[in-house]
Amino acid sequence: MKAGTLARMVFVAALVLGFAGIWRLQKHIDLQQQTATVEADNLTLRSPRILKSMSLEYAPLVAAIYWTRVVQYYGEKHRLHQANLGLLWPLLDIATTLDPQILPAYRFGSVFLGEKPPGGAGRPDQAIALLNRGIQANPDEWRLYQDLGNLYYFDLHDYPKASAAFEEGSKNPKALIWMKVMAAKIAAEGESLETSYFLWKQVYDTTTDPSIKQNAEDHLLLMQAELEMRAINQAADQFEKQSGHRAARIGELVEAGLLKSIPKDPAGYPFVLGEGGKAEYNLDSPLLEKNLLMNR
Amino acid sequence: MRPSAELGSIAPEERREPTNVDGGPDIAKNGNMPSPAIEIERLSKEYPHGFLNLKKRKSLEDLTMRVEAGEIFGFLGPNGAGKSTTIKLLMRLIFPTSGTARILGKSIEDVSMHQNIGYLPEQPYFYDYLTATEVLDYFARFHNLTTADRRERVQKLLKKVGLETAKKIQLRKYSKGMLQRVGLAQTILHDPQVVVLDEPMSGLDPLGRREVRDIILELKKQGRTVLFSTHILSDAEMLCDRVGVIVGGKLRGVGTPGEMVGIQSQGMEILFELENAAQRFPLLEKATKTGERYRVESSESELYAHLNELKAAQARILSVAQIRPTLEEFFMNLVDADRAQANAVEVSGR
Amino acid sequence: MRNVWVVATNTFREAVRDRVLYNLVFFALLMMGAAILVGQISIGIERSVIISLGLTAISVIGLFIAVFIGVGLVSKEMDKRTLYALLAKPVERWQFLIGKFAGLAMTLAVNTAAMTIGLYLALWTVEHPLVGSDWQLLPAVYLILLKLVLIVALAMLFSCFTSPFLAILFTVGIYVAGLFAGELRTMQAVNLSPSTMRGFRAISYLLPNFENFNVMGVVAHGRPVPLALVWQSTLYAIVYGAMVLAGASLIFARRNLK
Repeated sequence: MKAGTLARMVFVAALVLGFAGIWRLQKHIDLQQQTATVEADNLTLRSPRILKSMSLEYAPLVAAIYWTRVVQYYGEKHRLHQANLGLLWPLLDIATTLDPQILPAYRFGSVFLGEKPPGGAGRPDQAIALLNRGIQANPDEWRLYQDLGNLYYFDLHDYPKASAAFEEGSKNPKALIWMKVMAAKIAAEGESLETSYFLWKQVYDTTTDPSIKQNAEDHLLLMQAELEMRAINQAADQFEKQSGHRAARIGELVEAGLLKSIPKDPAGYPFVLGEGGKAEYNLDSPLLEKNLLMNR
Repeated sequence: MRPSAELGSIAPEERREPTNVDGGPDIAKNGNMPSPAIEIERLSKEYPHGFLNLKKRKSLEDLTMRVEAGEIFGFLGPNGAGKSTTIKLLMRLIFPTSGTARILGKSIEDVSMHQNIGYLPEQPYFYDYLTATEVLDYFARFHNLTTADRRERVQKLLKKVGLETAKKIQLRKYSKGMLQRVGLAQTILHDPQVVVLDEPMSGLDPLGRREVRDIILELKKQGRTVLFSTHILSDAEMLCDRVGVIVGGKLRGVGTPGEMVGIQSQGMEILFELENAAQRFPLLEKATKTGERYRVESSESELYAHLNELKAAQARILSVAQIRPTLEEFFMNLVDADRAQANAVEVSGR
Repeated sequence: MRNVWVVATNTFREAVRDRVLYNLVFFALLMMGAAILVGQISIGIERSVIISLGLTAISVIGLFIAVFIGVGLVSKEMDKRTLYALLAKPVERWQFLIGKFAGLAMTLAVNTAAMTIGLYLALWTVEHPLVGSDWQLLPAVYLILLKLVLIVALAMLFSCFTSPFLAILFTVGIYVAGLFAGELRTMQAVNLSPSTMRGFRAISYLLPNFENFNVMGVVAHGRPVPLALVWQSTLYAIVYGAMVLAGASLIFARRNLK
């Protein structure tokens, strides 16, 4: 083999090894960075106005980029089971300032800014501000009124305002008829399991955002369980009336013929009777924890 | 006799009967053009320079000159003398500070006059991505030619300047000499009456220079006027009917090459070699030696005596020729004198 | 006028040979990549992102071409002395200038048209069939083209009297300033005197109002571009551009070439 060819081969081999080394080194560096920046989320430029100026005439594209960041941010936080969603509002603020017509951002924000941690940021006030901006920029989008109503109903328990929101949204000729119905129902009854279930079902059925859909599904499952537990409690009350004492296990209710079989929660775990003879989640059921988190 | 550095004897050209090659008066050879092809009157150009452009540099001062129809006029001068400036002024690439000029009777401000002019810029450069054919076609389109006529001329000229084989290659691949030829082609494509060439020989090998010379002579034969600038004096001597010498922005003289240097011969020179290097004879003392070659100067009266002496010494005679002053020497004297004057001015503090 | 056309077609041909149009390859790759990625990382705004990205790319790539080649139209010819032989022909200097301008405008038009086709293809990949509102991309792209042509005129103006580097700087500067002209006009500040405000207003009208040509937000969300805006902006571009080119012609007519 000629000396020139050998030299060239050695050089190529050195290059390959060099890159392999860089690759491994980078992995180590990444690990270091991760451990160092646990909570230090990266959002250097916070001012929406400055960003809007810097975007020149390309604001809608930059808005789209920031909206993408929201999705990534939320997904990452969920993956790592981290509860602090402090950057959610700034990111949404920027995205909607750069492009006031970016509807998915408003809808996402209304759900996850309002939702209690770890599912959301737990800041319904920010969600209201976001939605109001959205409504002002997109007066024709009646669905934003739906989101506003949901916000007041679920996160702020402000039923008069919730009803007013649904009422306002129903004025849009494109709005579905249930908006008006709900406005009346909430004005009359305030909170009810029926209403809650219906509202979440609307979200579940119509959203295309997978995170929102998952969130709605969780709420629906919990409400289904709630309905089941009410039925169980009714049976238990019946049992007490009949036998004079509270049943200690659900099995007794079944034996007494008040229940056909031991009801299972939507996760597939049988309910139990807790202290005071009231229905409760099975200790093994994942819904137990979810219920604790979401319905504090 | 050396021509004097002071040009008292040769005044700048004012009025002169135009003559053609045959010696007779020029009788409207080119149709109805007894007037000069190019008339320049007190043309001046100043450039601001220095800090904040406050100072003015005179690159051309009060030039008055005529180029007669049908002649080859050489514009001579060292670099920076003002030759290119003059030509650029004529072509309206730059604008005069004062003075006027006319070409073919029309003011240089008249763009339509350019229909009849060909211009070859110094170190021409053309569009990288076009082929020679395309460039020539492009330039030709600005003249009133029919499509067929234009195409025919382009092909004809490509052949004439020897670019036929390279005509489809993009100009960025061309050598300097080839670019010069393209330049020359676009200059004469439209059969102009007046052809202005700025340093047409620069960068060419001897073969190329010969070709350019041939083209210039052919133009003259066709009755066209040629004005070209150069600092290569031998070309000027060979080609030009008249020359104008410009140094330091001022015209120093106009006339035939012969007039400029004086016709008088300065004697003869003999070049010879010796068979026997050890030989000694009186003439040898007066000779200069370069390598194996000897050179000795003889006056006309001394010539045959010297030749006999060399014959006796069995020297091999290489050549016997007249010593003539060249334009070069005339030129150099001018430049030296100019420099001396400039130094004197500086020294005197003005 | 024939001379203008001759210069224009030559300029166009030179741009094509100079591989200016290769940027289209880059654009095509960009749009294809975006079409593939966008569905996976942006939720709910696929169409909006493709349109925004596409229009941004058309605008930015076009901007680069308009500024850098626009400045070079005159500078390069002066630098490389190609201009000398040309001006010795029976051509007026303004004919040369307008011809160069027209040639680059044509190049930009072709470039933009090709990129628009690419944009439609990417859009079709993401969501087919195309909906009626997608035709609004055409006026949006047309307005961008108007803007680019105006920038070419400005680039030529600056290159007529400053160095290429400064000309690029000034052109980009005017572009950015022009984008903020509207804001300058409506600027409210407590501590500004009325005369200062008037001065700002005057400047805001003198600057080229490039926001006139920006309808990205409108089109990205499927809304129509008002026809009045289109023809009024056309008129604006024509008038403003003509003034700029007239100025450039005046300056260039008396410029001493080196």
